Amino acid sequence: MNSHRRLPVLADPVAPEASESRRRFLKAGGAALAALAACKPGAVVEELTRRNFKEMKPEDLRALLARLEKKYSEEYGKAVTVSGAGPMRGVNFAYGLDLSRCIGCRRCVYACVKENNQSREHPQIQWIRVLQMEKEHGVDLAHSTPYYNPELVPEPGHFYMPTQCQQCRYPPCTKVCPVKATWKEPDGIVVIDYDWCIGCRCCTAACPYGARKFNWAEPKLPAAEMNPVTHYLGNRPRQKGVVEKCTFCIQRSRVGRYPACVEICPVGARKFGNLLDPESEIRQVMDRKRVFVFKQELATEPQFYYFYAT
Amino acid sequence: MGMIDFLAGAVRQVRTGGKTYKGWVGILLAMIAVGLAGYAKQWRLGLIATNMRDQVTWAFYVGNFTFLVGVAAAAVLLVVPAYVYQWKPMKEVVVLGELLAISALTMCLSFILVDMGRPDRLTHILPGLGSPNWPSSLLAWDALVLNTYLVVNLSVAVHILYKAYRGEAYAKWFVVPVVLFSIPMAVGIHTVTAFLYNGMAARPFWNASILAPRFLASAFCSGPAVMIILFQILRKTTGLEIKDEAIWKVAELMAYAMFFNLFFLGAELFKEYYSRTEHLLYTEYLWSGIGDKRALVPYAWFALGASVVAFLLFLIPRTRRNWFTLNLGAVLIFAGVYIEKGMGLVIPGMTPDTLGEIYEYRPTVNEWMVAVGIFGLGGLVFTLLVKIAVPIMQGTFRAPDAAPESAAVAH
Amino acid sequence: MRFPTKALRLCAGLLLAAPPLCRAAESSGGAPEEATLEAPSGPLNIQAEKPPFTEGIFPCSQCHDRAGDPNPRTLAFHDDIQASLHHGPPSRWCLDCHDNGKRDFLHLINGRLIPFTASYELCGQCHGDKYRDWRVGVHGKRVGMWNGQKTYFLCVNCHSPHSPRFKALKPLPPPVPPQDQGFTATPLAAPAHQEKSP
Repeated sequence: MNSHRRLPVLADPVAPEASESRRRFLKAGGAALAALAACKPGAVVEELTRRNFKEMKPEDLRALLARLEKKYSEEYGKAVTVSGAGPMRGVNFAYGLDLSRCIGCRRCVYACVKENNQSREHPQIQWIRVLQMEKEHGVDLAHSTPYYNPELVPEPGHFYMPTQCQQCRYPPCTKVCPVKATWKEPDGIVVIDYDWCIGCRCCTAACPYGARKFNWAEPKLPAAEMNPVTHYLGNRPRQKGVVEKCTFCIQRSRVGRYPACVEICPVGARKFGNLLDPESEIRQVMDRKRVFVFKQELATEPQFYYFYAT
Repeated sequence: MGMIDFLAGAVRQVRTGGKTYKGWVGILLAMIAVGLAGYAKQWRLGLIATNMRDQVTWAFYVGNFTFLVGVAAAAVLLVVPAYVYQWKPMKEVVVLGELLAISALTMCLSFILVDMGRPDRLTHILPGLGSPNWPSSLLAWDALVLNTYLVVNLSVAVHILYKAYRGEAYAKWFVVPVVLFSIPMAVGIHTVTAFLYNGMAARPFWNASILAPRFLASAFCSGPAVMIILFQILRKTTGLEIKDEAIWKVAELMAYAMFFNLFFLGAELFKEYYSRTEHLLYTEYLWSGIGDKRALVPYAWFALGASVVAFLLFLIPRTRRNWFTLNLGAVLIFAGVYIEKGMGLVIPGMTPDTLGEIYEYRPTVNEWMVAVGIFGLGGLVFTLLVKIAVPIMQGTFRAPDAAPESAAVAH
Repeated sequence: MRFPTKALRLCAGLLLAAPPLCRAAESSGGAPEEATLEAPSGPLNIQAEKPPFTEGIFPCSQCHDRAGDPNPRTLAFHDDIQASLHHGPPSRWCLDCHDNGKRDFLHLINGRLIPFTASYELCGQCHGDKYRDWRVGVHGKRVGMWNGQKTYFLCVNCHSPHSPRFKALKPLPPPVPPQDQGFTATPLAAPAHQEKSP
């Protein structure tokens, strides 16, 4: 019988750790590159004359990642890896959210915060926002609130709708960015280059889903809580003055893992997978259930589908 | 070299002046100091020193920017009669409009700079060094047209003034095409700024086709109001000759613009209140509040009242020609448009936010300080430019080797 | 390189075939085995979490060595479970699911024995739509790799079979509202006094 590792259970909000071998490989690779980078003079000049991420040459990107790993490792006192992993071919991610199941417990919100290294306070940044809706009004934002705080959820007469970046096929945010700091990747994820963003917040204004969050001050990320497995376009530590948002846990999904919110949800309301694979859970959802998208009239065509499983 | 003499002379001009002048410059410098103090805190802490948050992500700074783009565009209200219709009374003063545009643009660009999270990364928007998002980003367009308009106004104004300083006629082959180009540019800068808002489907309050026409109409009300008052001040303090007719013509053109401003507002209100869709919520927030959230309501009604009264004062020839009512109307329309196009545009666009939340934004002391500083900067730029320009226009600031028979700013 | 959908389908098929294979082995009359779900071999193993037994309670046959009184009655032992039994109509009785003769198993309506590690088959008997959804991952929870090895949870890992209705939870704290985001000059300091707006 296969031995299986301890699995997350309902009361345990901690996400499973990265596999040992992968971490060792990345650490070794990172160390080698860091050593190389240290020998190279003019690293500072490189920083200042950096190109947009999409225009970078592969060797420049590798050097950059190595520099960042060194910087973050020193800053947080642990071995931080920064991946530049590109999209997998033949993959187009989609997300499913079962509104008949969500009970508004917010475990997804905090699992995301831990996994993705958001600022904890001043400002408190949460990529997921759970809205409490009234059954009487349906999906009606004028009768919704994210600030519900009863003793127990779900509260009678209400249902819960978590919102996060919808990874639109026609993203209004990428259209308006003046410097091309945000774009849609081939696997469907809309990403941000935090080192290119000028913090104008056009994207935040343009997003219909309130998905984009701004670092109004230097982010407060306790070193002890920092998740050291990061991606350049995902959960690496950000700085003051740049925008961030859900990236479908790009550091996880691009190595085949479920996003943190999917794994923590105690009621199994969250589904994630490859739209191009007919056997994936998300395709099964679309085949069997009636899905809808949020603010459909805006024709953003999200890759985030809400459905009612019952 | 002539240019060096000119610059040296210009520096002399701005350094000499009476008590009033020096006092005024002192006030402006104090304002700038206040602004720098405020910005220093913001630079250190981040934009959290403002009251902007994810829910209301553009507010006081962007509101001021939007209003000031209108003021800058309004220079065209002088340019059209002067260069297209060759109307002499206007030709004499058109350069002042261009100087106002330059000052307004300085303020616009400053407001953008203080609103950015990472102003140190400004180069990212430049072609070559950066990666501007052509052609889809309206902000990239705005950066281009605003700077082009600034260059246009600067080059024409400097050229005309320098030539007049030297007692020479300005180069028509250069000035006329560039000035005529500035007319669609003026329309362009404000249309692009309107499109910046207009293109966001996420914000139904802004996502209305009438936004660009409204912007232009309100621009042509607000900018010239400043000019009307400034012309009268300049007449009194410098003895510069500005004909009454020039001022009244500006006021008359403003009256047409005010009519359109009110008409477009009426059209918007009809659409929102009559069709009564979910989008009414934003208009309601502005005019009647939602529940106990009514922060903008008094301002909205004041702005409307001010605009209507100003329109009537400017419409009726008797009150238009009466200096008291003219100036009263100018102040009222300026206040009205400042509210309507500043906070009265940006805040309702974001309240309620995209997820239905109402966050009532009010500027912090810090934001006021920075805004005061930028207005001080704009005021200083305009004051210094006028201090150089008016003596040239009057013929008292001349090159030592200028031709003897030089008229004031020959046309 | 095309995504290996064929391999996926094969393994999914194996997974779905596995329970009937186990059952087939049992109903052929051999000794009841403590069957655990054998994960199909191949790159896409999908493993199950263990059934959540109370410490020391399994195997049931250590006490129940023979068939007992099949009639619904108040129990002396397992009274705690009986008191909390809330699964369907009030007439629900233990032996509706637990096999009387072989207590180490559950049973379907037609008498077929079901090991505890495949209890989902019993749940699926009445809750067919949920079962079908669960088999493809639409219902319930999975963790692991979206393109590889997953761990799925048995029905009973989330729903207590005796009182399956999902219990309400205490929600985690609401977000800080925008007016309280405030600012502080030092990182991780306790919230300094907020600057009041004019």
